[in-house]
Amino acid sequence: MSSEQVHEDNAEEKRRKAQRARNIAIALSLAAFVVILYVATWAKLGANVLNRPL
Amino acid sequence: MASETNLSAMNERVAVSSAMPSDYYELLKPRVMQLVVFTAIAGLMLAPGPLHPVLSIIAILCIAIGAGASGALNMWYDADIDAAMSRTAKRPIPGGRVSRDEALAFGLVLSFFSVIVLGLVINWLSAGLLAFTIFFYAVIYSMWLKRATPQNIVVGGAAGAIPPVIGWAAVTGSVSLESIVLFAIIFMWTPPHFWALALFKAGDYERVNVPMLPNVVGNRATQNQILAYSILLAPIGVLPFLMGFGGFAYGVVSGALGLAFIYHAWKCWQMDSKDERMVPAKKLFGFSILYLFALFGTLIIEAATPAIASAFVG
Repeated sequence: MSSEQVHEDNAEEKRRKAQRARNIAIALSLAAFVVILYVATWAKLGANVLNRPL
Repeated sequence: MASETNLSAMNERVAVSSAMPSDYYELLKPRVMQLVVFTAIAGLMLAPGPLHPVLSIIAILCIAIGAGASGALNMWYDADIDAAMSRTAKRPIPGGRVSRDEALAFGLVLSFFSVIVLGLVINWLSAGLLAFTIFFYAVIYSMWLKRATPQNIVVGGAAGAIPPVIGWAAVTGSVSLESIVLFAIIFMWTPPHFWALALFKAGDYERVNVPMLPNVVGNRATQNQILAYSILLAPIGVLPFLMGFGGFAYGVVSGALGLAFIYHAWKCWQMDSKDERMVPAKKLFGFSILYLFALFGTLIIEAATPAIASAFVG
Protein backbone atom coordinates (compact mmCIF):
# COMPACT_ATOMS: atom_id res chain seq x y z
CA MET A 1 0.00 0.00 0.00
CA SER A 2 1.51 3.32 -1.04
CA SER A 3 1.85 6.16 1.46
CA GLU A 4 -0.46 8.22 -0.74
CA GLN A 5 -3.20 5.61 -0.41
CA VAL A 6 -2.70 5.43 3.38
CA HIS A 7 -3.05 9.19 3.52
CA GLU A 8 -6.23 9.05 1.42
CA ASP A 9 -7.69 6.31 3.62
CA ASN A 10 -6.98 8.31 6.75
CA ALA A 11 -8.62 11.38 5.23
CA GLU A 12 -11.68 9.32 4.26
CA GLU A 13 -11.86 7.85 7.77
CA LYS A 14 -11.66 11.35 9.23
CA ARG A 15 -14.45 12.57 6.95
CA ARG A 16 -16.66 9.62 7.91
CA LYS A 17 -16.10 10.27 11.61
CA ALA A 18 -16.95 13.95 11.11
CA GLN A 19 -20.07 13.08 9.16
CA ARG A 20 -21.21 10.67 11.87
CA ALA A 21 -20.59 13.31 14.56
CA ARG A 22 -22.59 15.86 12.52
CA ASN A 23 -25.44 13.38 12.07
CA ILE A 24 -25.58 12.76 15.81
CA ALA A 25 -25.53 16.51 16.49
CA ILE A 26 -28.42 17.09 14.06
CA ALA A 27 -30.41 14.22 15.60
CA LEU A 28 -29.87 15.61 19.11
CA SER A 29 -30.81 19.11 17.95
CA LEU A 30 -34.03 17.86 16.39
CA ALA A 31 -34.87 15.86 19.52
CA ALA A 32 -34.19 18.95 21.66
CA PHE A 33 -36.42 21.03 19.38
CA VAL A 34 -39.30 18.56 19.81
CA VAL A 35 -38.82 18.48 23.59
CA ILE A 36 -38.74 22.29 23.72
CA LEU A 37 -42.03 22.63 21.85
CA TYR A 38 -43.61 19.87 23.96
CA VAL A 39 -42.52 21.41 27.25
CA ALA A 40 -43.44 24.92 26.08
CA THR A 41 -46.94 23.75 25.21
CA TRP A 42 -47.42 22.30 28.69
CA ALA A 43 -45.93 25.39 30.36
CA LYS A 44 -48.19 27.76 28.42
CA LEU A 45 -51.41 25.78 28.46
CA GLY A 46 -51.03 23.40 31.40
CA ALA A 47 -54.08 21.18 31.83
CA ASN A 48 -55.96 23.41 29.37
CA VAL A 49 -54.12 21.58 26.60
CA LEU A 50 -56.92 18.98 26.88
CA ASN A 51 -59.69 21.56 27.17
CA ARG A 52 -61.01 21.96 23.65
CA PRO A 53 -64.36 21.71 21.93
CA LEU A 54 -65.07 18.27 20.56
CA MET B 1 -8.98 42.49 0.87
CA ALA B 2 -9.25 38.96 -0.49
CA SER B 3 -10.62 38.50 -3.96
CA GLU B 4 -13.58 36.44 -5.15
CA THR B 5 -11.10 33.73 -6.25
CA ASN B 6 -9.95 33.32 -2.65
CA LEU B 7 -13.54 33.02 -1.49
CA SER B 8 -14.38 30.31 -4.02
CA ALA B 9 -11.15 28.55 -3.03
CA MET B 10 -12.41 28.53 0.58
CA ASN B 11 -15.57 26.80 -0.65
CA GLU B 12 -13.67 24.26 -2.76
CA ARG B 13 -11.25 23.33 -0.02
CA VAL B 14 -14.12 21.88 2.01
CA ALA B 15 -16.01 20.29 -0.90
CA VAL B 16 -16.18 17.06 1.11
CA SER B 17 -16.74 18.35 4.58
CA SER B 18 -14.75 17.16 7.55
CA ALA B 19 -16.31 19.78 9.82
CA MET B 20 -17.07 18.62 13.34
CA PRO B 21 -20.08 19.89 15.32
CA SER B 22 -17.60 21.97 17.35
CA ASP B 23 -16.75 23.93 14.17
CA TYR B 24 -20.40 24.86 13.79
CA TYR B 25 -20.55 25.77 17.46
CA GLU B 26 -17.56 28.05 16.89
CA LEU B 27 -19.52 29.82 14.12
CA LEU B 28 -21.93 30.97 16.83
CA LYS B 29 -19.20 33.08 18.48
CA PRO B 30 -19.72 31.44 21.90
CA ARG B 31 -17.87 34.15 23.82
CA VAL B 32 -20.08 36.88 22.42
CA MET B 33 -23.06 34.63 23.08
CA GLN B 34 -22.09 34.43 26.77
CA LEU B 35 -22.38 38.20 27.07
CA VAL B 36 -25.69 38.20 25.21
CA VAL B 37 -27.11 35.47 27.45
CA PHE B 38 -25.88 37.20 30.57
CA THR B 39 -27.40 40.59 29.71
CA ALA B 40 -30.64 39.03 28.43
CA ILE B 41 -31.03 37.14 31.73
CA ALA B 42 -30.59 40.46 33.56
CA GLY B 43 -33.37 42.06 31.49
CA LEU B 44 -35.61 39.07 32.01
CA MET B 45 -35.07 38.92 35.78
CA LEU B 46 -35.39 42.64 36.42
CA ALA B 47 -38.62 42.98 34.46
CA PRO B 48 -41.72 43.24 36.66
CA GLY B 49 -44.14 40.36 36.40
CA PRO B 50 -43.95 36.60 36.29
CA LEU B 51 -42.74 34.38 33.49
CA HIS B 52 -42.90 30.60 33.79
CA PRO B 53 -39.35 29.32 34.52
CA VAL B 54 -39.53 26.91 31.57
CA LEU B 55 -40.60 29.72 29.24
CA SER B 56 -37.80 31.91 30.63
CA ILE B 57 -35.24 29.23 29.76
CA ILE B 58 -36.71 28.88 26.25
CA ALA B 59 -36.63 32.67 25.80
CA ILE B 60 -32.95 32.81 26.80
CA LEU B 61 -32.18 29.86 24.52
CA CYS B 62 -33.85 31.58 21.57
CA ILE B 63 -32.00 34.84 22.25
CA ALA B 64 -28.69 32.94 22.53
CA ILE B 65 -29.29 31.01 19.28
CA GLY B 66 -30.44 34.16 17.46
CA ALA B 67 -27.28 35.97 18.60
CA GLY B 68 -25.20 32.96 17.54
CA ALA B 69 -26.91 32.92 14.15
CA SER B 70 -25.97 36.55 13.58
CA GLY B 71 -22.39 35.58 14.49
CA ALA B 72 -22.46 32.84 11.83
CA LEU B 73 -23.79 35.31 9.25
CA ASN B 74 -21.04 37.74 10.24
CA MET B 75 -18.40 35.04 9.73
CA TRP B 76 -19.96 34.14 6.38
CA TYR B 77 -19.72 37.73 5.16
CA ASP B 78 -16.36 38.57 6.72
CA ALA B 79 -14.53 35.36 5.70
CA ASP B 80 -12.18 37.31 3.40
CA ILE B 81 -10.98 39.72 6.06
CA ASP B 82 -11.01 37.08 8.82
CA ALA B 83 -8.46 35.10 6.79
CA ALA B 84 -6.06 38.03 6.82
CA MET B 85 -6.30 38.94 10.52
CA SER B 86 -4.26 37.12 13.18
CA ARG B 87 -7.14 37.20 15.69
CA THR B 88 -9.61 35.54 13.30
CA ALA B 89 -7.50 33.51 10.84
CA LYS B 90 -8.28 30.22 12.59
CA ARG B 91 -12.06 30.63 12.48
CA PRO B 92 -13.92 27.73 10.80
CA ILE B 93 -14.25 29.33 7.34
CA PRO B 94 -10.74 30.75 6.86
CA GLY B 95 -9.43 27.59 8.58
CA GLY B 96 -10.99 25.59 5.71
CA ARG B 97 -13.23 23.46 7.95
CA VAL B 98 -16.60 24.96 6.98
CA SER B 99 -17.54 26.44 3.60
CA ARG B 100 -19.08 29.89 3.29
CA ASP B 101 -22.29 28.44 1.88
CA GLU B 102 -22.62 26.08 4.84
CA ALA B 103 -22.10 28.95 7.27
CA LEU B 104 -24.71 31.06 5.45
CA ALA B 105 -27.28 28.23 5.50
CA PHE B 106 -26.52 27.51 9.16
CA GLY B 107 -26.95 31.18 10.11
CA LEU B 108 -30.19 31.60 8.16
CA VAL B 109 -31.80 28.43 9.50
CA LEU B 110 -30.93 29.26 13.11
CA SER B 111 -32.13 32.87 12.66
CA PHE B 112 -35.46 31.66 11.31
CA PHE B 113 -36.10 29.10 14.04
CA SER B 114 -34.94 31.26 16.95
CA VAL B 115 -37.26 34.12 15.91
CA ILE B 116 -40.27 31.90 15.12
CA VAL B 117 -40.01 29.89 18.36
CA LEU B 118 -39.57 33.05 20.46
CA GLY B 119 -42.64 34.55 18.77
CA LEU B 120 -44.82 31.47 19.15
CA VAL B 121 -43.77 30.61 22.70
CA ILE B 122 -43.19 34.05 24.28
CA ASN B 123 -44.48 37.07 22.33
CA TRP B 124 -44.02 38.73 18.97
CA LEU B 125 -42.50 41.95 20.33
CA SER B 126 -39.48 40.08 21.71
CA ALA B 127 -39.32 38.00 18.50
CA GLY B 128 -39.42 41.18 16.40
CA LEU B 129 -36.62 42.71 18.50
CA LEU B 130 -34.54 39.55 18.05
CA ALA B 131 -35.12 39.59 14.28
CA PHE B 132 -34.13 43.26 14.22
CA THR B 133 -30.96 42.51 16.21
CA ILE B 134 -29.92 39.75 13.78
CA PHE B 135 -30.65 42.00 10.79
CA PHE B 136 -28.83 44.94 12.35
CA TYR B 137 -25.70 42.92 13.18
CA ALA B 138 -25.53 40.90 9.95
CA VAL B 139 -26.65 43.51 7.43
CA ILE B 140 -26.30 47.02 8.87
CA TYR B 141 -23.08 46.37 10.81
CA SER B 142 -21.28 43.51 8.99
CA MET B 143 -22.24 44.28 5.39
CA TRP B 144 -22.40 48.04 5.53
CA LEU B 145 -20.96 49.99 8.45
CA LYS B 146 -17.93 47.83 9.29
CA ARG B 147 -16.13 48.56 6.04
CA ALA B 148 -17.60 52.02 5.48
CA THR B 149 -17.06 54.24 8.52
CA PRO B 150 -14.82 54.52 11.61
CA GLN B 151 -18.04 54.97 13.61
CA ASN B 152 -18.90 51.34 12.69
CA ILE B 153 -18.83 49.97 16.22
CA VAL B 154 -20.61 53.00 17.71
CA VAL B 155 -23.74 52.38 15.61
CA GLY B 156 -23.18 48.62 15.35
CA GLY B 157 -22.97 48.45 19.14
CA ALA B 158 -26.75 48.79 19.20
CA ALA B 159 -27.04 45.15 18.11
CA GLY B 160 -25.06 43.96 21.12
CA ALA B 161 -27.03 46.25 23.44
CA ILE B 162 -30.53 45.00 22.59
CA PRO B 163 -30.52 41.57 24.38
CA PRO B 164 -31.59 42.95 27.82
CA VAL B 165 -34.41 44.82 26.05
CA ILE B 166 -35.50 41.50 24.47
CA GLY B 167 -35.36 39.81 27.88
CA TRP B 168 -37.48 42.60 29.39
CA ALA B 169 -39.95 42.49 26.48
CA ALA B 170 -40.27 38.70 26.88
CA VAL B 171 -41.70 39.22 30.37
CA THR B 172 -43.68 42.45 30.01
CA GLY B 173 -44.53 42.52 26.30
CA SER B 174 -43.28 46.13 26.23
CA VAL B 175 -40.15 48.28 26.08
CA SER B 176 -39.73 50.54 29.11
CA LEU B 177 -37.33 53.22 30.30
CA GLU B 178 -35.58 50.71 32.56
CA SER B 179 -34.77 48.39 29.67
CA ILE B 180 -33.57 51.36 27.62
CA VAL B 181 -31.15 52.24 30.46
CA LEU B 182 -29.76 48.67 30.30
CA PHE B 183 -29.44 49.16 26.53
CA ALA B 184 -27.64 52.49 27.07
CA ILE B 185 -25.08 50.93 29.43
CA ILE B 186 -23.97 48.37 26.82
CA PHE B 187 -24.25 50.90 23.99
CA MET B 188 -21.91 53.37 25.73
CA TRP B 189 -19.60 50.57 26.87
CA THR B 190 -19.01 49.23 23.34
CA PRO B 191 -16.86 52.06 21.87
CA PRO B 192 -14.21 52.22 24.63
CA HIS B 193 -14.16 48.39 24.76
CA PHE B 194 -13.61 47.92 21.02
CA TRP B 195 -11.40 50.96 20.47
CA ALA B 196 -9.05 49.72 23.23
CA LEU B 197 -8.80 46.47 21.23
CA ALA B 198 -8.44 48.40 17.97
CA LEU B 199 -5.50 50.37 19.42
CA PHE B 200 -3.36 47.28 19.93
CA LYS B 201 -4.75 45.42 16.89
CA ALA B 202 -4.60 48.43 14.54
CA GLY B 203 -2.19 46.63 12.20
CA ASP B 204 -4.68 43.81 11.64
CA TYR B 205 -7.50 46.17 10.72
CA GLU B 206 -5.22 48.31 8.54
CA ARG B 207 -4.16 45.23 6.55
CA VAL B 208 -7.76 44.36 5.64
CA ASN B 209 -8.87 47.96 5.05
CA VAL B 210 -11.42 48.01 7.86
CA PRO B 211 -11.66 51.67 8.89
CA MET B 212 -11.35 51.30 12.66
CA LEU B 213 -10.91 54.63 14.45
CA PRO B 214 -7.14 54.37 15.13
CA ASN B 215 -6.40 53.69 11.43
CA VAL B 216 -8.52 56.62 10.28
CA VAL B 217 -8.01 59.42 12.82
CA GLY B 218 -4.91 58.11 14.62
CA ASN B 219 -4.21 56.78 18.09
CA ARG B 220 -4.32 60.15 19.88
CA ALA B 221 -7.84 61.02 18.68
CA THR B 222 -8.96 57.46 19.54
CA GLN B 223 -7.54 57.80 23.06
CA ASN B 224 -9.50 61.07 23.44
CA GLN B 225 -12.71 59.37 22.30
CA ILE B 226 -12.15 56.43 24.66
CA LEU B 227 -11.78 58.80 27.61
CA ALA B 228 -14.88 60.80 26.59
CA TYR B 229 -17.06 57.70 26.24
CA SER B 230 -15.76 56.31 29.54
CA ILE B 231 -16.64 59.53 31.38
CA LEU B 232 -20.16 59.31 29.90
CA LEU B 233 -20.46 55.58 30.64
CA ALA B 234 -19.67 55.74 34.38
CA PRO B 235 -22.78 57.79 35.40
CA ILE B 236 -25.04 55.86 33.01
CA GLY B 237 -23.81 52.68 34.71
CA VAL B 238 -25.15 54.00 38.04
CA LEU B 239 -28.60 54.90 36.62
CA PRO B 240 -30.28 51.57 37.55
CA PHE B 241 -29.48 52.36 41.21
CA LEU B 242 -30.63 55.97 40.92
CA MET B 243 -33.84 54.89 39.20
CA GLY B 244 -34.54 52.30 41.87
CA PHE B 245 -34.37 49.05 39.92
CA GLY B 246 -30.80 48.36 40.98
CA GLY B 247 -30.21 47.88 44.74
CA PHE B 248 -27.63 49.25 47.15
CA ALA B 249 -25.04 46.61 46.22
CA TYR B 250 -25.44 47.56 42.58
CA GLY B 251 -25.01 51.24 43.47
CA VAL B 252 -21.70 50.49 45.22
CA VAL B 253 -20.41 48.13 42.52
CA SER B 254 -21.39 50.35 39.58
CA GLY B 255 -20.04 53.49 41.26
CA ALA B 256 -16.68 51.92 42.19
CA LEU B 257 -16.20 50.14 38.87
CA GLY B 258 -17.30 53.25 36.96
CA LEU B 259 -14.51 55.21 38.64
CA ALA B 260 -12.08 52.36 37.93
CA PHE B 261 -13.18 52.41 34.28
CA ILE B 262 -12.40 56.13 34.05
CA TYR B 263 -9.04 55.48 35.75
CA HIS B 264 -8.13 52.83 33.14
CA ALA B 265 -9.33 55.11 30.33
CA TRP B 266 -7.22 57.90 31.83
CA LYS B 267 -4.13 55.67 31.91
CA CYS B 268 -4.88 54.73 28.31
CA TRP B 269 -5.21 58.44 27.45
CA GLN B 270 -1.84 59.16 29.07
CA MET B 271 -0.19 56.40 27.04
CA ASP B 272 2.23 57.57 24.37
CA SER B 273 0.29 57.22 21.12
CA LYS B 274 3.39 55.66 19.52
CA ASP B 275 3.72 53.09 22.32
CA GLU B 276 4.11 49.68 20.70
CA ARG B 277 3.26 47.46 23.68
CA MET B 278 0.02 49.34 24.47
CA VAL B 279 -0.20 47.86 27.97
CA PRO B 280 -2.76 50.44 29.28
CA ALA B 281 -5.02 49.76 26.26
CA LYS B 282 -4.81 46.01 26.90
CA LYS B 283 -5.60 46.56 30.59
CA LEU B 284 -8.59 48.75 29.68
CA PHE B 285 -9.86 46.10 27.25
CA GLY B 286 -9.63 43.38 29.92
CA PHE B 287 -11.18 45.58 32.59
CA SER B 288 -14.07 46.59 30.33
CA ILE B 289 -15.17 42.93 30.09
CA LEU B 290 -14.99 42.57 33.87
CA TYR B 291 -16.96 45.84 34.25
CA LEU B 292 -19.92 44.71 32.17
CA PHE B 293 -20.06 41.23 33.70
CA ALA B 294 -19.86 42.68 37.22
CA LEU B 295 -22.65 45.22 36.61
CA PHE B 296 -25.09 42.78 35.06
CA GLY B 297 -24.00 40.01 37.44
CA THR B 298 -24.84 42.21 40.43
CA LEU B 299 -28.23 43.07 38.94
CA ILE B 300 -28.95 39.36 38.42
CA ILE B 301 -27.87 38.43 41.95
CA GLU B 302 -29.98 41.22 43.46
CA ALA B 303 -33.01 40.19 41.42
CA ALA B 304 -32.55 36.52 42.34
CA THR B 305 -31.88 37.05 46.05
CA PRO B 306 -35.55 37.43 47.22
CA ALA B 307 -36.54 34.26 45.32
CA ILE B 308 -33.60 32.31 46.75
CA ALA B 309 -34.28 33.62 50.26
CA SER B 310 -37.98 32.71 50.13
CA ALA B 311 -37.09 29.25 48.82
CA PHE B 312 -34.94 28.64 51.91
CA VAL B 313 -37.30 30.28 54.40
CA GLY B 314 -40.28 28.63 52.77
